[in-house]
Amino acid sequence: MSDTPTENPPMKAARYADGSITYPPHPIGPDGKEPVETVDLSEYTATVVTWTTSTATPPGVREPNSLAIVEFDVDGEPVRAIGQLESQDTDVDIGDDVEPVYAAELRDPDAGIREKESQAWDGYRFRPVE
Amino acid sequence: MERVAIIGASMTQFGQRDAWIRELLAEAGQACLDDAGVAPDAIDHLYVSNMASGEFEGQTGVPNALAHDLAAMPAYTARIDQTSSSGGAGTYAAWQSVASGASEMTLLVGGEKMTHRTTAESTDVIASLTHPVEYKHGVTLPSFAGLTARLYLHEYDAPRESLGKVAVKNHKNGVDNPHAQFRKEVDLDTVLDSPVVADPLRLYDFCPITDGSAALLFCPESVAREYTDEYAVVSGIGGATDTHVVHERADPTTMGGVVNSSEIAYEMADLGPEDIDVAELHDMFTILEFLQSEDLGFFEKGEGWKAVEDGVTDRDGELPINTSGGLKSKGHPLGASGVAQVYEIYKQLTRDAGDRQVDADVGLACNVGGFGNCVTTTILEAER
Repeated sequence: MSDTPTENPPMKAARYADGSITYPPHPIGPDGKEPVETVDLSEYTATVVTWTTSTATPPGVREPNSLAIVEFDVDGEPVRAIGQLESQDTDVDIGDDVEPVYAAELRDPDAGIREKESQAWDGYRFRPVE
Repeated sequence: MERVAIIGASMTQFGQRDAWIRELLAEAGQACLDDAGVAPDAIDHLYVSNMASGEFEGQTGVPNALAHDLAAMPAYTARIDQTSSSGGAGTYAAWQSVASGASEMTLLVGGEKMTHRTTAESTDVIASLTHPVEYKHGVTLPSFAGLTARLYLHEYDAPRESLGKVAVKNHKNGVDNPHAQFRKEVDLDTVLDSPVVADPLRLYDFCPITDGSAALLFCPESVAREYTDEYAVVSGIGGATDTHVVHERADPTTMGGVVNSSEIAYEMADLGPEDIDVAELHDMFTILEFLQSEDLGFFEKGEGWKAVEDGVTDRDGELPINTSGGLKSKGHPLGASGVAQVYEIYKQLTRDAGDRQVDADVGLACNVGGFGNCVTTTILEAER
């Protein structure tokens, strides 16, 4: 099992001319202008803002599904993301440090209402920093 | 600009219905015309608030279907989809059509048919409004509620029980609403012991899946007087959006769309939160009642839970919230809910709310789509 960042797709965020960063990237940023560069969040750790364990999950989603909103500190600039926790039994709390870990398929792309080809299904889960 | 009046209102029985979307819409539409004593051929504009009849039922083109079923041709018609806030957005469209002078009689009908789908399927239809980075993780609207509730309780030192008390209050109110899906009181222990749906929230923190429809009839105030002496005026209305990606909001416990839409509505009505006598808030999840009651300016940020604890928002309290039973007990047929909120305020202001009646001259409805993604705030004033 290999999950070193260099072998996996980046967790792409966008940086804008005013220094702000968003995940995901948007065509136009909070400053009203196009992004100036991409930031790979998988190289950073984050802090848990809040979490939940969802037990009423839609078709193709693991049950229970533990989720967290986390905040990365990218060289002093905060940027938030949402994602599954690697462990289905919640093992984090507000304020804990987590790191992104790559998953090739976060939910079954064939089971839900969203068209499979319209979006990516891989991404990053979070796990406590050892 | 002439003021816009509401002269008729209706809602169908909410709950698990045998009727499909066309029948539900026609039922409320016809009842609303009957309520006001207005003939179908008087309708200039006909709006249908509906999120997903195509996805739920495979029936699209519902505005035209309704125009035909009500014999309202050749009325201009359109479907208004703004997810859970389709009813609020429809109220805005209906108000705009009359305020602009484009229509002298506008019928708005909101409805949704959902219960033939499994809970998992319905949850997925609703969750399909999310951004791909949310959807791929299996993020649902209930999970946003769990995430936000945990943070709210943590930030403001609110007890878990206070959320449960929202459910207890709204279920109690729903007992007196003949159209509500649930007309049964629940006690706090039942709420707190119910199965976990999105920790820390449990089954009774969530509204049910519902079929139903509601309707309102709008016209210029000068026309209103031809039909009735007692009506309500849309004195303020505002719509606003917040981020599509929910985690990008600076403060997850503040709904920017509620703040911004209500500021517009208050300014138009020349009123403030202290002037509101009764309010219908979008309690799709118990936590939303706290967030809206704060972001509408009724209570300080982080203090909304205390108002529920103190009984301020009870039917006999200083500011009754969700006298209808709210989405919580009344049910939440997506496109109908925003219309049914205004229905309740209209009934309160025209003193036709039966056992739910409170003393009110000014009422507010706040309809929320997504997790605060789109919001319409509407203020009505009684004219007697």
